[in-house]
Amino acid sequence: MLEVSELSVSFGAVSALKGVSLQARTGSITAVLGANGAGKTTLLRAISGLVKAHAGSVRYDKHELVGMSVERIVRAGVSHVPEGGSVIAEMTVAENLQLGAVWRYGRRERQRRIGEIYEIFPALATRAKQHASTLSGGERQMLAIGRALVSRPSLLLLDEPSLGLAPLVTAGLMAVLADLSKGGEITTVLVEQNARSALSIASWAVVLNLGTVVVSDSADAVAGDADLRHHFLGF
Amino acid sequence: MIKLRLPGWARLPRQPMLRHLLFGALGALFFYLLSNSLSSFNNFQLGEVAVYAIAIAGLSVLTGVNGQISLGQGAFLAVGAYTIGELEVHQSINLVFQLLIAVAVSAAVGFIIAVPATRLRGPYLAGMTLLLALALPFLSDKYSSFFGGDQGLITLPPDAPGSIDPQKWLTWIQLLCALIVLVLLGNLLSSRFGRSFRAVRDNEVAASLAGVHVARTKVIAFVISAACAGLSGALLVLSTGVVNTGEFPLSLSIYILAGMVLGGAGTLTGAWWGAILVVYLPNQWSQSLANAFHANHLVGANLAVIVFGAVLIIVMLLAPAGVQGGLRWLGHRLVTVSTVTKLGSNISVALQDQPASKQDRGGPDSETAATSVD
Repeated sequence: MLEVSELSVSFGAVSALKGVSLQARTGSITAVLGANGAGKTTLLRAISGLVKAHAGSVRYDKHELVGMSVERIVRAGVSHVPEGGSVIAEMTVAENLQLGAVWRYGRRERQRRIGEIYEIFPALATRAKQHASTLSGGERQMLAIGRALVSRPSLLLLDEPSLGLAPLVTAGLMAVLADLSKGGEITTVLVEQNARSALSIASWAVVLNLGTVVVSDSADAVAGDADLRHHFLGF
Repeated sequence: MIKLRLPGWARLPRQPMLRHLLFGALGALFFYLLSNSLSSFNNFQLGEVAVYAIAIAGLSVLTGVNGQISLGQGAFLAVGAYTIGELEVHQSINLVFQLLIAVAVSAAVGFIIAVPATRLRGPYLAGMTLLLALALPFLSDKYSSFFGGDQGLITLPPDAPGSIDPQKWLTWIQLLCALIVLVLLGNLLSSRFGRSFRAVRDNEVAASLAGVHVARTKVIAFVISAACAGLSGALLVLSTGVVNTGEFPLSLSIYILAGMVLGGAGTLTGAWWGAILVVYLPNQWSQSLANAFHANHLVGANLAVIVFGAVLIIVMLLAPAGVQGGLRWLGHRLVTVSTVTKLGSNISVALQDQPASKQDRGGPDSETAATSVD
């Protein structure tokens, strides 16, 4: 269970998050939606420790994440895939995946975990020895998610995984995410501009606007609310 | 993809550690034979190459692999050198322990400087490390009773056993240290540490999100390069016989950096190429160049810097990845071209005379059997 309460982040005089509270149940997918500048990315970065929150708390699995270092948050089981799928361009696909598992497993277990990732994303297996810089946008995104999954996280934070991907690739990616959460072990927080596809797999949805939570409701209810869709989600 | 298939005994071992040990053993054999055939002065220079190779390899790990620039390696050479100097003044302990203490002291100094330095990036880190190299002479002036002031401290070359030429003995020690350091660094770089170093260089955010401790990784790389530089400095003053600040000018740090870039940043074999250039180019080669053109001695003295700069520019234009990168590229080209032409001739033979192609196996084209198409 992820519990964010009254989380506030500001960059100088600009406050990006103003007392955001939300909960994500274990094993569920929670979509975080909103326009540009709503604070979605900042929310994820505050949870994973990349930006410092100046007030509020993030409780996850008995840990208080606010104030913990990024590496320790990763080791507590939180994997964050930042916007644009940040991969290590100069390393091969296999090395990128090894990096994600390096602190957690011995050599044999690491290979097994990487093999599982190749089963989820077969396209990566064929490119195992290629440099990540040679991958297409969709493959990069798969690699970034694969690297996040290789350490077997219990909380997965995804920032705009569909950014720049063809609709068909996005649909495939969403299917993979839906599959992953079916096991009930991974809690996913999914930030998306593409509200329609995010709502199709999410069970809960939170709509942010200018750093505050506007709506927090079941995904079906948000998708069914025409006013809300029109005002904040644009579809 | 085309691959050259070698017989089992001719293939390199798969484990990086075994491979590095094999390279180390071959290197030791090569240098043993080489040093036996060289004069005393040439052995002195060979020892210098080994010494610079250690410093350059350490910097290569820091800058080439981990992405942190240092203009102050000379300062760490001086730390190792002064440590040896002090040890020789006050104690008479085994050389191995002296060298280990020099490494430990320079690693400790490196650690103290790394903690603030690794918070800096690019030009700011370069500036801070530059300051280190510049500040050093003032320290030895200020505490001249300890550091020996302008005169410096006297170091004695190690005693050679039996009838071995003392210079050759020292060269062997320097070469052995260089080979050990390079094998250890090679193993380090192919371990998870090496992967973390590269990840931090390429993308700090992605590395930290993958669970790499970014700050710690940078400090470790800095300490390793400082320890290498300290060992290098300690071995250097065993040759020169004296430790004073004149041995560690700013140009030393610059030469080490240039040697690292020339040899190939991030490659350990490149450290040898860089060291050869640093030892021979400013002194011998540019001197002979000056003599060849009958230049007067003023031109000769300044030619070193010009030649070094020119070589730096030419290498960067021709092989941006340094000498080692250029050689690697050349090797790839040669292998690909030769297998493609062989394969081409094989295919044309097969097309012309299909049933006979099997008999051709034993003929002059038999080496094509060793190439396979993946």
